[in-house]
Amino acid sequence: MEIINTIIGKNGLVFAFLCVGIIMLFSSWVSKYITNKKIPGVAIAIIIGLSLAFLGDEKGISNIPLFAGMALLGGPMLRDFAVVATAMSADLSKIRQAGLAGLVSLLIGVFISFTMGVLIGLSMGYTNIESLTTIGAGACTYIVGPVTGTAIGASSDVIAISVATGVVKTIFATIGTPLIAQKIKLDNPHAAIVFGGLVGTTSGVVAGLAATDEELVPYGALTSTFYTGIGCLLCPSLFYVILRFLNI
Amino acid sequence: MKIYGVALLAACFLMGKLLGRLLGHLINIDSDIGGVGFAMFLLMTSSIYLRKKKWLVLETEKGIWFWSSMYIPIIVAMTSTLNVKAALSGGFLAIILGISATAVCMLMVPLLSKIGRGKSIDSPKK
Repeated sequence: MEIINTIIGKNGLVFAFLCVGIIMLFSSWVSKYITNKKIPGVAIAIIIGLSLAFLGDEKGISNIPLFAGMALLGGPMLRDFAVVATAMSADLSKIRQAGLAGLVSLLIGVFISFTMGVLIGLSMGYTNIESLTTIGAGACTYIVGPVTGTAIGASSDVIAISVATGVVKTIFATIGTPLIAQKIKLDNPHAAIVFGGLVGTTSGVVAGLAATDEELVPYGALTSTFYTGIGCLLCPSLFYVILRFLNI
Repeated sequence: MKIYGVALLAACFLMGKLLGRLLGHLINIDSDIGGVGFAMFLLMTSSIYLRKKKWLVLETEKGIWFWSSMYIPIIVAMTSTLNVKAALSGGFLAIILGISATAVCMLMVPLLSKIGRGKSIDSPKK
């Protein structure tokens, strides 16, 4: 047992390849024979991934030393590298056509999430402007929340709530996208570009689109990658100033 | 050789990240703005250019396609490393807000999808 632990410990990334391979194999089998292909294998694999995350703490399953390699395989470096590679299958003319829609949806997406955060924060008894701004920023992504909170000096428990809100958003986008895709006509590149801009949380957008239709991934990824940056730009500056102006 | 493709991908990736950082620096925030997006544009345009020049052969492209196909396994690994416990321990506010903000944005998709569609042939493939 000790020998196995050392081998896996020293070759964590390779072990992660094996683990994910087994998860994919199992989920496509379940998809084919148990759900009769009604639920795509990718969606099942992502749900298995999420449930495995419960076994660990702040880094999910990779908190368990045996599975530390999962953090490397699923980390931002390889994730972004693979997302960029999907651009090979994207059609530039479709992107050009949806450019304006993408830009508008980015701005509206950040604005809606922020406003919802402020309104729900208010209804739950938060009146402090710094707290409300941070909660609103957390409703954008789990990066915008702490960046904004730190910039304007919000308390650490509010920053923690904003991070949690962003993580809930990612998880909900991952699970919810395939379920709602048909209703919101998310079945073409144009809609995927708009979707990426509106929802914004890159990991949630790409995981959700992957579970819906792999071909849409590059389009959603393209717009959502600008979202966190725009959120970090607007929340601690313009939106914060507007809130202060409204309340005082 | 496949490594040429991987190297091209790596070059676009790093250039994109650099542009994203520079843009962030320019407007005074310490974060990457659209680095992945710039990288994707670079990869798209450079592959179109190289294909025209007949420098991008199939074998080279395969190096990029490999990483493109690794994308889903990587996402599965990523979901297994999410901080799901924090999402729940953030309490009622985090859960209600996270879900409602996402849902409202999703419902806006059909409305905003209309932008820029009128003039060209609107024919969803599927």
